[in-house]
Amino acid sequence: MTLTAKWRQWLPYLGIALVVAYCLAPFYWMLVSSLRGTDDIFSTSLFPSPLSFANYRSVFSPAQGFTKALLNSLIVAGVTTALSLVLATFTAYAMARLEFRFKRLILTLIIATSMFPVVSIVVPLLKLFTDIGWINTYQSMIVPSMSFTLPLAVWNLTTFFRQMPDELEQAAMVDGCTRGQAFRKVIVPLAAPGIFTTAIITFIAAWNEFLIALSMTNKPGMQTATVAISKFSGATTYQTPFGSQMAAGIVVTIPLVVMVLLFQRRIVAGLTAGAAK
Amino acid sequence: MADTAIPPRTAAHRPGTTATRRPGRPPASSRPRRRSRATAGTGRLAALLVSPTLLVLTIVVIYPTLMALDESLYGVKGLDPKTGFISATEPFVGLKNYTDIFTQAGDRFWNAFWNTTFFTVVTVSLETMIGVAMALIMHRAFRGRGLVRASILVPWAIPTAISGLLWKWIFNADGIANVLLGHQVLWTADGFSAKVAVVIADVWKTAPFVGLLVLAGLQVIPKEVYEAARLDGASAFQQFRRITLPLVKPALLVAVLFRCLDALRMFDLPYILIGAQKGSVETLSMLAQNEASNVRFGPASAYAVLLFLYVFLIALAFVRLLGADLTGDAGGTGKSGRRRSRVARRRVREVTA
Repeated sequence: MTLTAKWRQWLPYLGIALVVAYCLAPFYWMLVSSLRGTDDIFSTSLFPSPLSFANYRSVFSPAQGFTKALLNSLIVAGVTTALSLVLATFTAYAMARLEFRFKRLILTLIIATSMFPVVSIVVPLLKLFTDIGWINTYQSMIVPSMSFTLPLAVWNLTTFFRQMPDELEQAAMVDGCTRGQAFRKVIVPLAAPGIFTTAIITFIAAWNEFLIALSMTNKPGMQTATVAISKFSGATTYQTPFGSQMAAGIVVTIPLVVMVLLFQRRIVAGLTAGAAK
Repeated sequence: MADTAIPPRTAAHRPGTTATRRPGRPPASSRPRRRSRATAGTGRLAALLVSPTLLVLTIVVIYPTLMALDESLYGVKGLDPKTGFISATEPFVGLKNYTDIFTQAGDRFWNAFWNTTFFTVVTVSLETMIGVAMALIMHRAFRGRGLVRASILVPWAIPTAISGLLWKWIFNADGIANVLLGHQVLWTADGFSAKVAVVIADVWKTAPFVGLLVLAGLQVIPKEVYEAARLDGASAFQQFRRITLPLVKPALLVAVLFRCLDALRMFDLPYILIGAQKGSVETLSMLAQNEASNVRFGPASAYAVLLFLYVFLIALAFVRLLGADLTGDAGGTGKSGRRRSRVARRRVREVTA
């Protein structure tokens, strides 16, 4: 009896350990591999010994052009996020606070667009952008990315605005604010955490994008980081440079993992609010 | 009903106040300043706030979709018989790109179609099962919640392209997977093992996410229900089947729908893990992208349109047959809407606590 009781008490924690290991083990393997030297890259020890930063040095060597790829990713994901947020804030406010005709239809439409297969807009846009000479430009990656970041942001912010009590604006408007002023001076500052959370989720989605960036660029200098890493070439033709790919993968993922660690509670709130409702 | 009554009245006092600050709209003063019916003022404000988003989505989603429909009726630029050069325009071929999938030329399409279907069915079932198991585990344990939450978000946050590389490294011929198995499997060569590799990598990335969504659903089930069931002598399995599953069903359905739609458009993972034009893992997205990048826009558009229809049908089936409620309390006026939004609020609070 006591034994089973003990089991019952510890079983959830064993389960938790399993879940954590399941989630982190492959990521840990990427981290460990990135810290190995070129000679012991195929080593299967759990810790890198000797510790080597050779892979990171090769990733950031000027010949690789990876710094430019990171900058491209930052510009594309950053601008996409900023544009999506501005538009989504207005729309989400209307969705959460105003009653108007076709509201449900419009919201359904907006959500539905985020479920489109990206390739079905990439193919025609690729042709259009080829015709107007937009291939290898930032806008050719930013504009199509809006197709999934904007609905995501609208949905997240709508949920967030709905959670804020109506009395906030009512009080402001009783004090003489117009609806616009109430929105600008009361709602937006108070919604800042929600807008921030949405910004993180949107940014991560845009940063992780691959298909659009792959299709819209053919010049190495314009590729985003995710595309650039997949095209890393090894010293010899048929050798995949796994060491530098793992190191570059860590570099691309670290900002996201740091954000996740810092804002995990908010991100989970945003994700579950937007999706599990 | 309070939320529906107050805003219209207050908005009606100053119709279009927001308009003065928004570029590209006629100034508010040019409009008749009469006190219109309450809903009209709100409607105008709503239109102002919503139209930029709708405009952008029209440009980036609806217009390209129509373009794809049109483009799919054209063939590939061929040699002009008169000049001998590659012709400048694409010939109109009508529905040929669509009917081609029923001839020899359609082999690659059907292979991609079945791959897509296989990946969707297999990965979503596995993710659902593992995700539910994870959610049940996380629901039980209270300590270490922050750690679990953070680690669950790691696979989600890693770009799919990077996780493709990560698993390519793990599944390398001399990689850790084969070392652990003590058996040589050529995972990333073209074959059934390549399919398995894609499934494993995809399940790793998204099962925790399904778990997270299901956990959110679990948190709203009142504890009293389980206590009552226990008193009535229900076993743990009965409790799971009769209480947990039905009550978590709405959250689970939406999670599964989202995963399905995501799996149907799978691209990055097989493209990077196995490679382009590998028959065993080529999905419809990969096929369409590959055709488009080879300047065969007509067939590429036809495949994209067919994939779009496939996705649309699955989404429709979910909403119609299973009753997945996508918008939640979107049109939430009245009692049910308010109740649901309160539940959602509480759920979020508890998951994030």
